[in-house]
Amino acid sequence: MAHEPHTEVAIEFEDATYRLPQGKTLLRRIRLRVAPGETLVLLGRSGAGKTTALKLINRLLEPSTGAVRVEGKSTVEWDAIALRRRIGYVIQEAGLFPHYTVGENVAVVPKLEGWSEDRQRRRVRELLALVGLEPEEFRKRYPHELSGGQRQRVGVARALAADPPILLMDEPFGALDPLTRGEVRREFHELQARLGKTIVIVTHDISEALLLATRIGLMDAGELRGVYSPREFLNATDQVAAAYLAQLRVLEEAGEEK
Amino acid sequence: MKVASFFAQHADEILRATGEHVWLVFWAMLIAVAVGVPLGILVTRRPWLSKPILGGANIAETIPSLALFGFLLPVPWLGDRAERLAIVALALYALLPIIRNTATGIEGVDRAVREAARGMGMTDGQILWKVELPLSLSTVIAGVRVATVLTIGIATIAAAVGTGGLGEFIFRGLAMVNNELILAGAIPAALLALAADFGFSLLERRFRPAR
Repeated sequence: MAHEPHTEVAIEFEDATYRLPQGKTLLRRIRLRVAPGETLVLLGRSGAGKTTALKLINRLLEPSTGAVRVEGKSTVEWDAIALRRRIGYVIQEAGLFPHYTVGENVAVVPKLEGWSEDRQRRRVRELLALVGLEPEEFRKRYPHELSGGQRQRVGVARALAADPPILLMDEPFGALDPLTRGEVRREFHELQARLGKTIVIVTHDISEALLLATRIGLMDAGELRGVYSPREFLNATDQVAAAYLAQLRVLEEAGEEK
Repeated sequence: MKVASFFAQHADEILRATGEHVWLVFWAMLIAVAVGVPLGILVTRRPWLSKPILGGANIAETIPSLALFGFLLPVPWLGDRAERLAIVALALYALLPIIRNTATGIEGVDRAVREAARGMGMTDGQILWKVELPLSLSTVIAGVRVATVLTIGIATIAAAVGTGGLGEFIFRGLAMVNNELILAGAIPAALLALAADFGFSLLERRFRPAR
């Protein structure tokens, strides 16, 4: 994919509001800028509007009022298909195609983009190796033959396949058991620096946010309460932030007592 | 052993009737699949059409078959030839299971899979052809299986309007109070139904996505 000239803002929410057709407001006047190459983590409890915000970026949803801009252009002005091909998307259950092999799953977007067979094959090998799966061993397997952690790695590989400048991740490690989650998360943390992509991650896990974020967007009840660097977040006075920090402290204290 | 010797004596006739029967069912099923699968897809795309389409197919299903053949008789082009009429009537009966299973199959595709497909920038057509249809194929085939077995049975009644087929023996046997004749129609029809059921069950399993 050809990269367009760098804009200073990769993603911008401009007073974006999202209302359901029945009238319930899920997201209220969000203002937010994501710089190219940074990792923004949207942190909040279930129903806070995090996933809705994410779906506004790749136009799975459109804002009711206000606008969401990607690379300077409002999502509704983008051709939806072209926009989504420029944005990698990882979801909680991975959403791998059960009738495709791992290799075919990773090659979905390259194939849609009309890459040659040879180039697809090379890319699949490269990406499986990148996410820590031995290509020759896994390429021919089907998703149901993989563990949850392996599936999630394939999901990440698939999202990166056509080298999109932006990566969206919706609770990417949420369905994994705690040990695997920690493992895959650490691996991804190492990957992050090498990828140099603009990443938006949705999570309700404070330790995940602190590990992966360059900035944390704290969400509650459809509103963005504030945006903090991880260091700022640790000293934040916001009520909701304080609740997350209290939870973190409980964990630490439990660790110290042992 | 009267039945066996009857079958041996009339083997030619029974084979011919079986051929006619298969021919009727084949064309009826072809039409039913060609109409039913797109309707099933339509139901998933326009939920408000679900009631009228499934309702209509349901009503067709409840009309007694003999009466349906009678109703269609005066329809201009249709009533001109018995086979034409029988094939259309049989296709109408076969529609409901095919529409319903197509819709059920597509709706049964994992929400996460569909969302991932959309998020990756697949068009609606690509999602249908590359994801939804392959993943619901085994459910669609299950519907065709039920419909085929049903149609093989109902096709015997089509003989009443003069289409030939295995029903001919049954009607003749009833008129002449001759059990051998009735069985000469009923046994091959039952075997056909069993064979179709078995054949489609293999196909169904072949295309069932692994989970």
